[in-house]
Amino acid sequence: MENKNTKIITKQLNLFYGSKQALKNISLGIFEHKVTALIGPSGCGKSTFLRSLNRMNDLIENTRTEGTVEIDNVNIYQNGIDVVELRKKVGMIFQKSNPFPKSIYENVAYGPRINGVKDKDILEETVERSLKQSALWDEVKDDLKKSGLALSGGQQQRLCIARALAVNPEILLMDEPASALDPIATAKIEELIYELKENYTIVIVTHNMQQAARVSDYTAFFYIGELIEYDLTKTIFTMPKKKQTEDYITGRFG
Amino acid sequence: MKNKFLGSSITTLSALSALIIVLAVVVVMGEIMLGGWSTLTWEFLTGAPKEGMTSGGIFPAIFGTFLLVIIMSIIGVPVGTITAIYLSEYASQKSFLARMIRFAVNTLAGVPAIVFGLFGLGFFIQFVGSGIDKTFYGTQLKWGQPNILWASVTMALLTLPVVIVSVEEAIKTVPRELREASLALGATKLQTIWKVVLPNSITGILTGGILAVSRGAGEVAPILFTGAAYFLPHLPTELSDQFMELGYHIYIMSTQSPDVEATRGIQYATTLVLLLLTFGLNFSAIFLRYKLRSRAIR
Repeated sequence: MENKNTKIITKQLNLFYGSKQALKNISLGIFEHKVTALIGPSGCGKSTFLRSLNRMNDLIENTRTEGTVEIDNVNIYQNGIDVVELRKKVGMIFQKSNPFPKSIYENVAYGPRINGVKDKDILEETVERSLKQSALWDEVKDDLKKSGLALSGGQQQRLCIARALAVNPEILLMDEPASALDPIATAKIEELIYELKENYTIVIVTHNMQQAARVSDYTAFFYIGELIEYDLTKTIFTMPKKKQTEDYITGRFG
Repeated sequence: MKNKFLGSSITTLSALSALIIVLAVVVVMGEIMLGGWSTLTWEFLTGAPKEGMTSGGIFPAIFGTFLLVIIMSIIGVPVGTITAIYLSEYASQKSFLARMIRFAVNTLAGVPAIVFGLFGLGFFIQFVGSGIDKTFYGTQLKWGQPNILWASVTMALLTLPVVIVSVEEAIKTVPRELREASLALGATKLQTIWKVVLPNSITGILTGGILAVSRGAGEVAPILFTGAAYFLPHLPTELSDQFMELGYHIYIMSTQSPDVEATRGIQYATTLVLLLLTFGLNFSAIFLRYKLRSRAIR
């Protein structure tokens, strides 16, 4: 196999919503500057797993996490971890694009601003760089003052990606980022993911088999809270080792 | 057959009951309009009472009412907003403290206005005010007597539940996605509340403020002992001054005036002004709330 670093390692990760167990003993390594797709039927825990990587599950009352998630060899669930710092390092793109009801510029500048950046030149530079990285710059450069909500669905999602990039994360978590978009907008997002993996480690949840096959280097198949199979995407889609995986990707259940 | 009769008679009965309410509003408004319209002139709105309050205008009472509700809002809206933020953003819904606060808010909403008045007199004037006087002014009486500050604080307490409930409702309409977006960018909870939750609940905070003002402007009992004056030759200029107020003005004109008959027109017109004020405020609150709802749905 090629030379690569493991960016995220989860060990024996268990997660409970109240008494219901949503993740069961997930141990998995995610490689730096690769795209890792999480697939599986609804309710299998893939989104929950994704949200445990930047501790967004903390926001839901009555959740309990056991085991460890190490990012750059630091367990993010140990005491004394600054969740705010963690989330700056681990950006997130949501299923439903969620720009703030503010201008395009202010949306992207939000992250730097809350980090205390006040210098106008630096802000402008960051906004431009982020919008270019998310391939939105050419479409919006002339009306950065326009509301983010006035953009089309695909543009909104790319705005959210620009907003996440503006805080210089190292990891991007994407929770079905294209599920609400038309094929053309989806293609643009996928193209973007391909470009972004050069500089970022990307974990993407998707319902769309073809999408997983197209954009990811590695694929993890989840089923009812368990990690069934994890391998190179190529292998998962051509020679799955488990029957459940094969059944799912060939559309026999799900 | 019997059921059919019962059904139709209940329909008639409920229609009649509804009609009674409509009639009551029409009669009350009509009566007040007819009685007060001729007295309601520009001079009446801008002039001071004259000749033992049997003629002249009501400007000091309008001014006092506005001052009262402004000071009340300055105190009550921030306190109510912060409480609402605590209840909806910080407190765990099942925590003892949160439940206790909710219970207190509901109880506060049900306490009769006169009790607030007595509380204001006993606590703010005789305890807090007198305490300040004893400490800083020796025997001189400055804060230990009814004034507009104590009346406003008392009124703020009375209207606090209104503010808390409407701000909390507005905060709830801020989509979870927006909070998550902010938190996922590494914003702290406080930054998220300050930069995302509050700007998006501003209509609700305004609605709460307006509802509180319209409630406050219509209450007399809380200010009866805490600051309202029968008649003042000049407008209040300090927080320790007493003030005239529309509702209280109506009350004294109809019960305390030496010549009640002579003040009839003034009573009607003052009532009309007070009603227009509260109706106007209520309508603007309804309008804001409507805008808020339509945004929440979108």
